[in-house]
Amino acid sequence: MIPDSGPEGGIVLKHLSKSYGGVPAVRSLDLAIAPGETVALLGPNGAGKTTTIDMMLGLTRPDQGTVSVFGVPPAEAVQAGWIGGMLQTGAPLDHLRVRELIALTASYYPAPLEVDDVLRLTGADAFAGQWTTKLSGGQAQRVRFAAALVGDPDLLLLDEPTAGIDVEGRRDFWQSMREIAGQGKTVVFATHYLEEADAYADRIVLIARGQLVADGSATEIKARAASRTIRGTLPEGDAAALRALPGVLAADRHGDAVILSCSDADAALRALLAAFPAIRDIEVRGGSLEEAFMELTADLGDTPADVLEAAR
Amino acid sequence: MNSAIHFRYEVLRTLRNRVFYGVTLALPLVLFFGVASGQRHGTFNGTSFPLYFMTAMAVYGSMFAVVGPGARIARDIAGGWTRQLRITPLRARTDLTAKVASAYLLALPTLVLLYLAGASLGVRLTASQWLEMTGLILVGLIPFVVIGFVLGYLMPVDALTPALGGIVVLFSLFGGVYGFELAKSGPLFDVMKALPSYWLVQAGKTVVAGGGGWPAEAWIVIAAWSVILVPVAAVAYRRNSARV
Repeated sequence: MIPDSGPEGGIVLKHLSKSYGGVPAVRSLDLAIAPGETVALLGPNGAGKTTTIDMMLGLTRPDQGTVSVFGVPPAEAVQAGWIGGMLQTGAPLDHLRVRELIALTASYYPAPLEVDDVLRLTGADAFAGQWTTKLSGGQAQRVRFAAALVGDPDLLLLDEPTAGIDVEGRRDFWQSMREIAGQGKTVVFATHYLEEADAYADRIVLIARGQLVADGSATEIKARAASRTIRGTLPEGDAAALRALPGVLAADRHGDAVILSCSDADAALRALLAAFPAIRDIEVRGGSLEEAFMELTADLGDTPADVLEAAR
Repeated sequence: MNSAIHFRYEVLRTLRNRVFYGVTLALPLVLFFGVASGQRHGTFNGTSFPLYFMTAMAVYGSMFAVVGPGARIARDIAGGWTRQLRITPLRARTDLTAKVASAYLLALPTLVLLYLAGASLGVRLTASQWLEMTGLILVGLIPFVVIGFVLGYLMPVDALTPALGGIVVLFSLFGGVYGFELAKSGPLFDVMKALPSYWLVQAGKTVVAGGGGWPAEAWIVIAAWSVILVPVAAVAYRRNSARV
């Protein structure tokens, strides 16, 4: 249990709500993040991830509820230099070179990191002498990352840090990120890439339509949704009999092929072999996070596709 | 937290905006020689024409210099980095102080260049008169610094450059900066005397006329403009930070 305040208090969001012109963006969100955790806010576009991050940064005032960062309101934590934020947008200041912009940003913090170290870590050292207005999208993203990092904050809030960059750039980014998270920093990042959340977060907070849908490790999230599928070739036996097996949620037949969606694949498989010894070509598959994601967000009455559509 | 570094980069960013800064330095100088060379021995409103026009052009250039931070504010807001700054420990007060200080620092070369130009056409003042005139101009520029901030926070970046330029030109026209006065008496003259730019142009004549600075009326006008504009700038600033 995480205490509400004190430096060990981590980040606590309580009943957080925000609407824009009557349209709710975040609806009564409760979340507690322990120091040192790496948490992914995962959700489709328009789910309320950016609004949540902005409220944690103190950029947006919640309509209701509170945010506490290491025991104080976000504005105080920002003032103390505890928070480093990477926003989705932000053209680096003009008439400066990359290195100068990072040195300037470092000067705002009480105990910044060495500028050269940060440039190297973020891969911005390759173009440190470049004018900030002459950067590619991927380079500007590294500069924003360096700016978030240079103050040596305890909490890093990253809003879709890899949006719009290529696969290689993404891999480099997360490699740097791992190194940083390993130093005991608390990291919260918003993403709509399932594989990123799966690969880099200790914990995934699934958000859809401004509400928390699921919260746990990637494995737990997958388990929350229909977990595993058993496939096999079975000429005889009707679907109803298959569905009646223990641990089976649903059964489908396509010609000789049967597909069982299971809540408990182990029990289902034992029963299946006992009842239908003729079954062959058996295959047991774990559900993907993507399937879990679709399933969990679909519970809200809209399919994620609708939500995506509405967000456009 | 080191505000000197922030100040240094504010200055650097202005200097690197070479076209803008070059124009604020060159334009008044060119106008001065163009107009005053032929009227070296002329007089204007009871003072020598070169002294009057030197002051006018120094004011003209320094008005452009001090509204400059407004343009930078609008560019930074449009680019989105202003939001990035708001999630650093940089305080708004430190940021604004650095911007004002850099604006004034960069107005000084304009003044010095025009003084040199004036001296080359025969303007002779004592050291204390040069200093007093400079002091009056720096004080009289306060409303223009604030106008730059107000517009920088409120106006979209593409409309800002013409807006700032237009405002400086209007204040110059009604303040008698361009070598003529629109009126010598009547209601239009009353309007002119209610503008800080009018009194800025009078700075040269005032110090020659024998110390003591501006008449009370001038101080009231400049104080009134500043007192009215500063809260407007504060509201403009807050409106921008509340934008989500």
